[in-house]
Amino acid sequence: MKKIISLLLVFVLTMSMVAGCTKKEEAPAADEETAVEEPAEETAEPAEETEEATEETAAEGLFPPVAKEDIKVGVIHLSDPAEGSGYTYTHDQGIVGMQEALGLDDSQIIRKNNIDDGDPTAIETAILECIEEGCNIIFATSWGYMDTCEALAEEYPEVIFSHGTGYKSNGTNFNNYFGRIYQARYLTGIAAGLKTQTNKIGYVAAWGTDNSEVTGGCDAFAMGVYSVNPDAKVYVKVTNSWYDPEGEKQAAEALIAQGCDVIGQHCDTPNPQLAAEEAGVWGVGYNSDMSKDAPNAVLTSAVWDWSAYYTTAVENVINGTWTGENYFGGMKEGLVGISPLSDLCADGTEEAIEEAKAKIVSGEWDVFTGVIETNTGETVGEEGKSLDDATITGGINWYFKNIEEK
Amino acid sequence: MPDSKKGKEPLLRTVKREEISNKKIALLRIEALLFAVLAGGIFILALGYNPFLIYGTIISGAFRSSMAVQGTIKIMIPLVIASLGVTLAFKMKFWNIGAEGQIIAGAIFASYFALFHSDWPHAILLIVMFAAGILGGGLWGLIPAYFKSRFDTNETLFTLMLNYIALHVIAYLRDGPWLDPGAQGFAKIARFAKNASLDKVFGVHAGWIIAIILVVAVYIYIRFSKQGYEISVVGESHDTARYAGMNVKKITLRTMFLSGAVCGLGGMIQAAGSDITLATSVAGGVGFTAIIIAWLSQLNPITIVVVSFLFSILEKGSSVIQSSYGLSTDCADVLQGIILFFVLGCEFFIRYKFVLRSKGGDR
Repeated sequence: MKKIISLLLVFVLTMSMVAGCTKKEEAPAADEETAVEEPAEETAEPAEETEEATEETAAEGLFPPVAKEDIKVGVIHLSDPAEGSGYTYTHDQGIVGMQEALGLDDSQIIRKNNIDDGDPTAIETAILECIEEGCNIIFATSWGYMDTCEALAEEYPEVIFSHGTGYKSNGTNFNNYFGRIYQARYLTGIAAGLKTQTNKIGYVAAWGTDNSEVTGGCDAFAMGVYSVNPDAKVYVKVTNSWYDPEGEKQAAEALIAQGCDVIGQHCDTPNPQLAAEEAGVWGVGYNSDMSKDAPNAVLTSAVWDWSAYYTTAVENVINGTWTGENYFGGMKEGLVGISPLSDLCADGTEEAIEEAKAKIVSGEWDVFTGVIETNTGETVGEEGKSLDDATITGGINWYFKNIEEK
Repeated sequence: MPDSKKGKEPLLRTVKREEISNKKIALLRIEALLFAVLAGGIFILALGYNPFLIYGTIISGAFRSSMAVQGTIKIMIPLVIASLGVTLAFKMKFWNIGAEGQIIAGAIFASYFALFHSDWPHAILLIVMFAAGILGGGLWGLIPAYFKSRFDTNETLFTLMLNYIALHVIAYLRDGPWLDPGAQGFAKIARFAKNASLDKVFGVHAGWIIAIILVVAVYIYIRFSKQGYEISVVGESHDTARYAGMNVKKITLRTMFLSGAVCGLGGMIQAAGSDITLATSVAGGVGFTAIIIAWLSQLNPITIVVVSFLFSILEKGSSVIQSSYGLSTDCADVLQGIILFFVLGCEFFIRYKFVLRSKGGDR
């Protein structure tokens, strides 16, 4: 019996290997319908003040234009936009903004919600469903979708995959988009630094120093604090998850228990702000304006306006000007910003923030400029120079000197 | 049902039915399905959607294109394999609810070779991974079987607890020794090289061929082999088996190894065919769904294929209604729950019936 089974197994294996070779030709044929496009009638005004990349290689699109009525946009969400405050909500607001700006119909947006970014099968299923629905471009909003996007981009070369956060891309139908949220975090750091009375500021971080995005954001926040209050310290607590409602709350509570009276955060739920409100201390939100969640605690929030990118990207697909370049927008492009300061802010906050903001927007100065001291006593960067984008997205693995990990 | 008040009969009590005809059973099942669809329809209506439209989309979502069908089949593969695995143990009345853990163990064993020996020739690597999956799952199944036959431990609890241990082993490997160095601290294991992943046949990874072979193999094994017969005898009565000169301990161990091995093979297929990495979601509840499927199919491998297919349609279709109608995934889960509730509840009524107090009825 066992012999028969093992013989059969070997047989199947050889079969599948032979069959595997023929697969390559089949794959594109099955999806030809998604690639069928009529030449678009003159659409919208050419993307004006978009990213630098498009200016250089203007109108040299890699894909033919798509009529506005025919375009379909897929979105893969980590949780449900209905959560109403955090990461997914903010991205979805961006999608809604894009939809309004371009006048797309509801049926042209395919949302896949609650796609666990640690479950590769679920990710693949969701993306394939978008492709099946005929999506021309799919926005994958969470870090963990990266590898699946990379693999599927190769398998479906006529579909555009745009992956938020992360660091992989292939220069054609798989790009990476993110923004200089650290600029906004620096400004919120100013508000926190002016407000704190205990000179202890807490920060709930999704990941530790391995992750450049989180660590760089935390540094920027701490540098903002330092710029107005050199005596204050920033205490970081890591949850090891982008989305951990319970863990984020507990981390904030632990920080408050240690005397922190302003809670910053880089994680997906407003729970740290709720914990701050409950304890009667203050906080700085992230993703969307969290004063709607914790009005008695939130000073301001570092916020995204993803529609700045989504509109540009979809416009490029419609116009046939998609270049496959990565996107890294900032405050200048309107991708990141801070929400209106609440009345809880200390006096002088607005002036201090406006001053710093003007320098950032004009490009005169950026957060990671000059020599920066780390909390291990080393220095990073050179006088008169800013860290390059590759370092900012992938190489900040140190904490600023006033940060202490808890 | 325990009687709390002495001397007084409860208003409603359950009585075991006499054997009822197959025709009546079939009728009951159809009734249950109708009720399920009806109750689900009311739920959909309450949400403000058209039930016919939603049900229609569930079906069409699973079949409307070759990609949709491929997606449905992909969901079906691990369900079939794991159901076959637990069926072997259930035939012996060994309550193996540890399929989840056995799937994971098989996936872990196979992943070792996928991660660290991806340079081996494709065919050899895959055969080794298959063998590792079988071994991993088999050993994980062997542990409770050994304790059961040696110390008469409770296999239900034992296999259940091993699920969580297996899950935490993945989490440990993911956060520690097997952490993807390129992931910038994001806790995940690296994606397998192409060389270490299953090839696709007709757009679906080759796991479906293995599933078909396993269906036939398990069917023949249970129905026509001597070992299969031994399993049923041990399942009916240990004493009878012993009286007939069978080595109950050996049969228990062997069967649980096979049961785990089949599940482990499923884990390897899921990791190398679908996930293309080792993730904590590799079993993803399949091991528990498999128990339901095996019972609904009355431990018949052929029926398992049919029932798994129905489950896959429901699963795939639910995913499509979420994006088509903006219905939250939770609603799709509730709908699935309602349907399962009726279908499973029906099994109760096949074996038991309610008797009202006044009617009496024999105990």
